[in-house]
Amino acid sequence: MREILEILEKDARTTPEEIAKMLKKSVAAVKSAIKKYEKQGVIVKYKTVINSDILKDDAQKVRALIEVRVAPQRGHGFDHIAERVYRFPEVKSCYLLSGSYDLLLVVEGRDIQEVSSFVSERLATIDNVNSTVTHFILKRYKADGDILKRIERNNRIAISF
Amino acid sequence: MKISKAVEKMKPSGIREFFDLVIGMKDVISLGVGEPDFVTPWNICESAIFALEKGYTSYTSNKGLYELRFAISRYLKNKFSLSYDPDKNMLITTGVSEAVDLVLRAVLNRGDRILIQDPSYVSYEPVSELAGGKVILVKTGEASDFKLTPELLKKYISKSKNIKAILINYPTNPTGVSYSRKELLALSKIFVKNDLLVISDEIYDELTYDFEHTPLATLPGMKQRTVYLNGFSKAFAMTGWRVGYACGPEEIISAMTKIHQYTMLCAPIMGQLGAIEGLRGSIRSVAEMKREYKRRREFIVSRLNQIGLTCRRPEGTFYVFASIKTTGMTSAEFAKKLLFKEKVAVVPGTAFGSQGEGYIRIAYASSMDNLKEAALRIEHFLKLIT
Repeated sequence: MREILEILEKDARTTPEEIAKMLKKSVAAVKSAIKKYEKQGVIVKYKTVINSDILKDDAQKVRALIEVRVAPQRGHGFDHIAERVYRFPEVKSCYLLSGSYDLLLVVEGRDIQEVSSFVSERLATIDNVNSTVTHFILKRYKADGDILKRIERNNRIAISF
Repeated sequence: MKISKAVEKMKPSGIREFFDLVIGMKDVISLGVGEPDFVTPWNICESAIFALEKGYTSYTSNKGLYELRFAISRYLKNKFSLSYDPDKNMLITTGVSEAVDLVLRAVLNRGDRILIQDPSYVSYEPVSELAGGKVILVKTGEASDFKLTPELLKKYISKSKNIKAILINYPTNPTGVSYSRKELLALSKIFVKNDLLVISDEIYDELTYDFEHTPLATLPGMKQRTVYLNGFSKAFAMTGWRVGYACGPEEIISAMTKIHQYTMLCAPIMGQLGAIEGLRGSIRSVAEMKREYKRRREFIVSRLNQIGLTCRRPEGTFYVFASIKTTGMTSAEFAKKLLFKEKVAVVPGTAFGSQGEGYIRIAYASSMDNLKEAALRIEHFLKLIT
């Protein structure tokens, strides 16, 4: 039933009925497998991939990658401080990395000021955050496996043997 | 201008007019294509771009780049325990289509008899005739699930003496039929017993869903009488690159090479370099595509049967051969009306031989969204006409 995940990852709108047909399983079996994945947290949620860059209006967003150096805490390692950081809704992604800094964040805001003030007022002032480096994102080409450019028209000829 | 008799005799493709209609129409959902809807895996494209930048734009040796022949020989050895010497038993061609033409011209004398299944891929019959062969069509239908069987072959072989060769294609375009090892063993015994040369077009081998594909050449007594044809078009989604290959007895391969060196010279170098990269780094992409095709197969077979176009579950390819007999229309009528009323393009079964009457070929090499929408439109169409 792992293949269900592959199908839903491609298109979350695929119905249990359709999946059942594709995998030659019963609808009930597919539904219960999906339930199980949801319960286990394997399926976290169902979302839509939006390319707001095309909207060219207020809905456009400014994004920055932020390298954060932190001092780990006894008994908690990095987890505690990471949670302090990722609970901010401005933080869209948060990773712990090996190498010269510790946390990598993707932060989103309406404009540069909003992101800057988040970094200087919220993030940098947290205890144990030693330093931050902010890289504003100039253009997104591909995000989470999806190429954001509009798909080119299929140029196969419509009929062939 | 007077055209040669041989070409004048060639049957014009009966559905040319239908093709032109499809191509002239907008917003058509096409289930009529004979190629993958995936684009070539990026590592293959990227390596070809690099090769162009490096200046690899020349001819290659007639037989094809040694590196590619070597890579193919290793691939066949690993996958099927099928060993061919890259120097003696292998020729790189401009797609399997060229290989079919070459082998037929290399082995057939005027009037030599060759068995070809009806229905089958469009080029086999005319190209055999162009090479001087006398084609004997083995008519198959629902009675044998559109399969060649030992009984059928025996019947045709006993009817006409002195058959030299058989051209077989599996998994089969247009029916999607393929054969298990056991079925092939039974067929191969007939081939050996009647001393037939076997031309085996196995271009869809990677798209076999329910069992492992068995090349005929791996069966007892078959390698010395089989010309194995395959290529990169379907499995690696490389149709436009035009790279195929033929493996077989040295004598036949060298005869084919003789013609190839005067006519084609060599397969395009970019395609050959892309193919090398395909064998090196795209096996995972192939497996992914196959899983996706398999899901689409299950979906479309189940939907078509649900809405009343009965079809068997094909073992391979990306085709379904669905019966339209309940509508009372001919294949050509059905395809034309479906195109006009619902803007869904399929290929009438008669394009592949007279045995295709009453059927349409539906290619599921199309996105799942397209398949869903097309199934709805066909369902609507069927309600409209009954």
